[in-house]
Parts: sequence; structure tokens; C-alpha cells
Amino acid sequence: MGLGRRLYRGEIDVDFVGKWRLWYGLSGFLLVISLAGLLINGLNLGVEFKGGSVFSFKAPTATIEEVREGFQEQGVHQPIVQTAGDRWRVTTETLPENTMLAVQNSIAKDYNVPVNQVDVQSIGASWGGEVSQKAWIGLGVFMLAIILYLSMAFEPKMALAAIVALVHDLVITAGVYAWSGFEVTPATLLGFLTILGYSLYDAVVVFDMIKEVTAKLGTTSKQTYSMAANNALNHTLIRSLNTSLVAILPVAAILFIGTTVLGAGTLKDLSLSLFVGMIVGTYSSLCVATPLLVTLKEREPRYQAIAKRLASQSGKGAKSAAAAKG
Amino acid sequence: MARPTSSHSKPGRTLLLLLALILALGGTMFLQKAFTPKLGLDLAGGTTVTLSPVTQNGAAPPEEILDRAVNIIRDRVNGTGISDAEVAKSGDNIIISIPGVGQSEAIKLVATTAELRFRQVLAMEATQLPQELTTQPATPSAAPSGSASPEPTASPSKSARSEPSSPRSPAAGTPSASPTGKALSSALTAQAPDPTPTATRAQKDGQSDAKQQSDRQQNDQQQVQKKGQDPKASPTPSPTATQPQQDSGVNTKGIDPAVLKQFNSLDCADPKNRGQGVQDDPNKQYAGCESDGSFKYVLDVAKVVGTDIDTASAGVRQGSTEWVVQLDFKSKGAGEWSKLTSAAFNSPEPRNKVAVVLDGVVITAPNIISPIPGGRAEITGGFNQKSATELAEQLKYGALPLKFERSSIDTVSSTLGQDQLMGGLISGIIGLALVVVYCLLYYRGLGIVAVLSLVVASILTYLAVVVLGHNAGFRLSLPHIIGLVVSIGITADSFIVYFERIRDEMKEGRRTLRAAVEVAWVRARRTILIADAVMFIAAVVLYALAVGGVAGFAFAMGLTTLIDIVVVFMFTKPFIALLARLKFFAKGHPLSGIDAERMSAHPTGSSRPTTPQEA
Repeated sequence: MGLGRRLYRGEIDVDFVGKWRLWYGLSGFLLVISLAGLLINGLNLGVEFKGGSVFSFKAPTATIEEVREGFQEQGVHQPIVQTAGDRWRVTTETLPENTMLAVQNSIAKDYNVPVNQVDVQSIGASWGGEVSQKAWIGLGVFMLAIILYLSMAFEPKMALAAIVALVHDLVITAGVYAWSGFEVTPATLLGFLTILGYSLYDAVVVFDMIKEVTAKLGTTSKQTYSMAANNALNHTLIRSLNTSLVAILPVAAILFIGTTVLGAGTLKDLSLSLFVGMIVGTYSSLCVATPLLVTLKEREPRYQAIAKRLASQSGKGAKSAAAAKG
Repeated sequence: MARPTSSHSKPGRTLLLLLALILALGGTMFLQKAFTPKLGLDLAGGTTVTLSPVTQNGAAPPEEILDRAVNIIRDRVNGTGISDAEVAKSGDNIIISIPGVGQSEAIKLVATTAELRFRQVLAMEATQLPQELTTQPATPSAAPSGSASPEPTASPSKSARSEPSSPRSPAAGTPSASPTGKALSSALTAQAPDPTPTATRAQKDGQSDAKQQSDRQQNDQQQVQKKGQDPKASPTPSPTATQPQQDSGVNTKGIDPAVLKQFNSLDCADPKNRGQGVQDDPNKQYAGCESDGSFKYVLDVAKVVGTDIDTASAGVRQGSTEWVVQLDFKSKGAGEWSKLTSAAFNSPEPRNKVAVVLDGVVITAPNIISPIPGGRAEITGGFNQKSATELAEQLKYGALPLKFERSSIDTVSSTLGQDQLMGGLISGIIGLALVVVYCLLYYRGLGIVAVLSLVVASILTYLAVVVLGHNAGFRLSLPHIIGLVVSIGITADSFIVYFERIRDEMKEGRRTLRAAVEVAWVRARRTILIADAVMFIAAVVLYALAVGGVAGFAFAMGLTTLIDIVVVFMFTKPFIALLARLKFFAKGHPLSGIDAERMSAHPTGSSRPTTPQEA
């Protein structure tokens, strides 16, 4: 029977929980790489965060594409081109002086205006320190609120596991940005925020099932917490994969069009962070959040007792091993 | 949201309710003739204004003061939360960009300084307003404190007391005498063309010869001067106190001679002098005009300033239609306020008044009829809803530490090319098409429900965005559009959760489809609500704490979460309940997506995961 057919019927049993060493190792590796990227390369912050230069000039015959291309030819990465009244207004990152002069000269030449009529102004960050600080405070409050809510709706250990998975997703997504050198714009940040919600959403659906399944574990049960949690995971696997696929399909389309057809821009910035974040989010709710939850829960005496009893039973004969599966 | 128990038996009714909701939103759209969403700065362009700081000596302002101004302007711009504006510093200038063309009014609002001071009145003088004199020579409309408030100088007997002696005037007793700590009574009514008859009578009672404006004014000044010799008159003895200048006709005790000179030369009849002049220094005495020019004042140093204010709100005072701005002081401000009002209370006319000075202009200067502890105050003064709300917003978000002039106003085009918007929309449509194809392939008959649910969600989202754009200032930027596209995934998840539950129930092989649909719903509903609550918390927190584009994005996120719940409860569930009655689904046709043959292959399969049992 093919994998797809088995998936469709829900007849698939992947040992997510049992392979926790593999997942922890993989995640640890990715986290280290991401953090290294953040430390070594840092994030390529956009004009909105760092400030930049604004060129202003008159060129009545030019089109927006021509102006943008003119800037890119001089080595400007992501010029923001607008018209202001009868003038062009182009915002760029803070340029080195020789690039700035080169741009000025090329504009003057291209559009036949005197060089001194190409104004250059430096502009401060529209997302300054205060805005970023507020964003961090917002993130902190958000995490606290989620921990509180999940602690009440589920239990504190699930809240902890979900938050760890969330941070995991954010760090890895940020790492992708650090290594790829893609520009971080406010749009990118909005992508990160969407990941926050998405990653938690996914974990919550999985945890809801785990809670339902493990609630029936008693002293005489034939399943350890790990087994039950793994079963719950497999049970929601189709849902997780379907949901992820349905969410990722539009993002993939945006990313594809954003990068291949349109080149650099808001679309690409936003969709890349979403694309990476969603894939990592799906992975982490299955392979990080749940194993972590199991690791925490198996320490509880009542689940330790079940595990011990089952372990000694399985030593006695093959009969109980089969029972444990049922 | 439909109660699940009722939708069990009456799915049709719930669907009708949803239809009504869609029609209501659509109707709103038609009535307002608004068919397209409002677009944000990046897509539609907007208005950009450059503000240049004006300093007293012309020097560049310190960096940190400028930064503070940027942050205050940003807070004010984002006061509406969803406007998607941008504020940046450029050299010494501040550049504000607001989406939409012709937003200079909005920018004027955010760029006004709103420096609020509470200053005790040291001396005051009515202005001769020639046009009013010619039209209404004998009315008291330009008389010292107007019609409605206790008239201090018109009635000699009154000025000796602290209590208002004219309770006949309806507005006089209500606001200021109330024990709840409401503070300031209305004083800005001098402009009113029709003073209340009672107040007019009160004035006539107290003052037999009130026929000529100039005469009365003379009297006022003499009385003021007489009272001023009372030992209690100067609560803040100034070291620079000089001999009373008889020619000015006011008690000059404790008044800085330089300020007095300003006062004497001040001509409030000229509207140019009333505007925001030089910013008033809170540590110095100040000579200024009432906002309508009817009075000029010498005011003491500011004992309470705008930064002492904790919050401000606009409202209508109980039992009247007058708009007021209500203030709550911080603890330190409350103490200062109590002291200031006590000092004024213990002073003679006109020093029993506390002037509310906004950007150097006296808004109102009511009598203080009792000391006000408790840290609350109310500002009145001819506000309407708009002006009261504006003032409250300005006070709430803090005063600008600098005065600015608008040096250029430009209409700017969008920052993104049309290609990006088109690209976003095209890729969104392609993505949606992929989702539709996948749902139909995987869920077959149920896939139709999924696709229709997405269609309903899209319609609701579009209507909501249009209606909110025209009524709440919500503007769609490209990130919002992407966010809405992405939220498809989250909307889809809700019914995937539900579908999988139904399939679980069917795999058990113990139920009819109609029963399975209901049992699965009870379980799926819980999961959907918990998961949506997470999204909603995220949206609320981000909206409340973040700024600018993030707030707008959070708003869109909260909106789509709500729409998700509406769609699942009011469309997906009742629709499936209806379909379950059809033979095609109930008998498990191979194309229905829930045929028993395909789903429940081996009930005893060794690797089959444990299915949660019904409790």
C-alpha cells in the first residue's frame, strides 16, 4: 500500500516521540547554526530600521521601472521609488559617499538635469529604537499571555513546550535571514508575527489531542505517556500535514512569484519568512514541542509508575508487548 | 455565534442568519457607496509633511528632544491604531507620511504642540472687540467672565466671597460645586451671542450702570485693584514686585514687570496675537489671550502642567449636552492640583481663577469655588465632540516639547510599484486555486464544503475590510493582503480539524453520518475555539502594545480569526449537517470523501493508532 493511501486512511505510525534524540540533535544543530549566523552576519536591516538616504529630482519623462533600474545599476539594493508632486523620491539604504556621488551623477546624466538639482537628504529610521522596544515589549507580553492561557486551557508543561517550540521557530527563521542576507523590513517582521500565531496554533491542535488521549491513562493502562502522545501525534498527523500544505501553498505561490517574476521587494521579504517559519513550525510542533512535553511528563511519578510496570511486564513475555500496542 | 445545540436541529436557520449578516455588511457597503477597501501608504501613496522645529533662539534642538517629539507624534498618529502612517526624522526635521491624499488636517492635528499648563490668574482685562461693540453694544457678551459662570467683577458683593452667589445661573452651580472633584466650570461663554437671561440679570443686579462696555470695564478694573490690596492677594510673592502701576488699572502685586509690559501691549482683539505665540515657559509668568480674544490675562507660573496628567478623555457632562475634556492627574499632579486650587480659592478676584492654557492660549479660566482634592479635573470651553476628542488625544499622548512649522506638504505616490500589488494578488489567486484543487482531490465531496467555506470567508473578509476602511480608518497595506491570504491556511485548518473528526467517527464504523457529524462537531469545536483563542490573544496583545503597521496587521489578524469562527460555526457546520441528509453523503458514495470502504480498511490493523473514544 502506498504511503499516500496509508496516510489517507490514517494507517501510519511514525515514532516521533521515540526518536527524540534525533530531533533534539537536529534542532540543536539548526539553532546553533542560526545563532552563529545572527552573531557573525547579523540581520540586514532595512531603511526603516537604520535610516537611509532620500534622493529627490525632477525627471518628467522617466518611468518608475527606469528609475528603479537606474539605482540598482549603481549598486543600490532595494530602492523605494515614489513620486512626490512632480519630483521623484527614492529612498535607499545609507550609501557610502562614492556610491552616493555615482548615483547623483548617473541620475543627472540619465535625465539631463544639473547634478546640484539632485537633492540628497539623509533620513532617520521610521522604525526607531522606541518602536523596536515596543515591539519587544509586545512580544514579551504576548508570550506571558500565551503561557497563562495555555496553562489554564491545558497545563503549564504544555505551555512551556509550546513556547520553547515557538522560540525555536523564530530563531531558525531569523537564522535563515542572517545567512541569506535577505533584507529585514517591517514586512518581514509582520511575517515573523504571523509565524508566532501559526506555530502556536499548530501546537495547540496537537496538544488538544494529546490531552484527550492521555487523560485516559490510569494505573492499569497499557500505554506509557510517550506511547499515548505518539499515538495522538499520528492521529493528528494527517490534519497537521493537510493544514500545513494548505497554508504553505499560497505562501509558496507568493514566494515563487515574488522572487522569480518581480525580483526583490516586499512580497519576497514577507513570503520568505512565512515559508521558512511555517515549515519549521510544522516540524517543531511534531518533533520538538511534543517530545519536549513527553520528556517533562515522563518525570511525573504517575507516568513513571506506568512506564516501570510496562517495562517489567515486557520483560516477562512477548504477550504483553503485543498488548501494549493495542 | 450559533448555539451548537440549536444548529443540530436547525442548520437552515443558522445559514439564514449568516446570509443576513452578509447582506447587512453588503447593505452598509452600498449605503456608503464604498466598494473598494482603503489602501495603505505603500499601495495608495499619501500625504507627506515635513515639520521643522521652531526654537526660540533659532538653534537646532537637542537630539533627545527631537526624538521625544518624534515618538509623541508617532503615538498621536497611531492613536487611531490602524492608520498605517509613518514618522521619521530627517536631520532636524520630522517627516510624517499619512496614507490618503489631502490629509493635511490630520497632520495639523498631530503636529500641534498641545502643551497644557494650569496657571493661576494674576490679572485680567476684557478686550474691546469692536465688531461686537457695534452689533451688541449693551449686552454683557464681552463682559469679564461671560454669562454662565459666576460673574466675579460684575457683582461687588460676590467678589468678597468664595461661594458663587448666583445660583440662578443654571450652569454656575452644577459643575464646579459638585463634590465629586469635578473642577472647572465653564468660562468660555463670553463668545456666545445669547447670554442666558439669568446671567444678564445677575449682572444688572450687581451693577446698576452697565450700559457702556467701556464703563463697565473701568469698573471692573477698579474693583480688581481694590481687591488686590487684600493681604491674601498674592499667594506667590515675587521678589521683583514693584509699585502698582496705576495706569494699567490692575493689581500688579507680584507680577513680573516685563510680563506686565507684555500684558499692557497685548492686543487680543487682533486674531494674529491670539494664536500659538512663543511657547509659554512654565517657570515664568505669562501674559496671554483667551482663545476667542475676549480677555487677556497675566498668569502665574504653571504649578500643574500637561505631564502631570495621567489620562484624558472626552465626554459629555451628565445632564447637559456640553462636551468636556476630563483629566486624571498622576499622584504628584493631584497634590499640586489640590494646592493650586486651594491657593486660588483663598485669593480675591480675579486671582480666584485658574487658567487652562493650551499652547500659550487660555482656553478657559473658571473661578475656583472650593479646593479640589482627588486629582480629577474637567476642562470646558465651547468644545464640540471633535475638538474635545482631539484635545483629549493630544493630552493623553503627551505634549510636544518643540514647536513646529510645516515646511512642505507633498502628495506622494505609493512606495511599492503596482507590480507588487498585482503580483501579490495574482500569487494569492494561484495559491487559492492550489488549495481548492488539493481540497477537492483529498476531501472529494467534503472538499466542496471546504471550498465554499473559503468563498464565504473571502466574501466576509472583503466586506469587513471595506466597511472598516470607511468607518474605522482601516487601511490595507501589502503586508495585510499577504496576511489575509495566509489566514486562508488558518481558516482551512478549522474545517480540516472538523473533517478529520468526522472521518474518525466514521472509521469507528458505529455511526450514521448524521450522528457522526454531530459528535465530531462537539470535539472539533473545542479544538477550534482553543486554537483560535491563541490567535486572538496574539492579535489583541500586538494591537494594544505595538505601533504603526504592526497594529494594523494585528487588527487584520484578529479580524480573520473572528471571521474564521463565524464561518465554521455559521457555515461549515450547518452546511455539513444539511449535506449529511443527502443520500450521496449519507450512503458514503465513493466521491463523497467519507465512504466507509476507503476509510476503514482494517479495523484490527496492528499499526492503527488509538482512536480517542467517546467519553
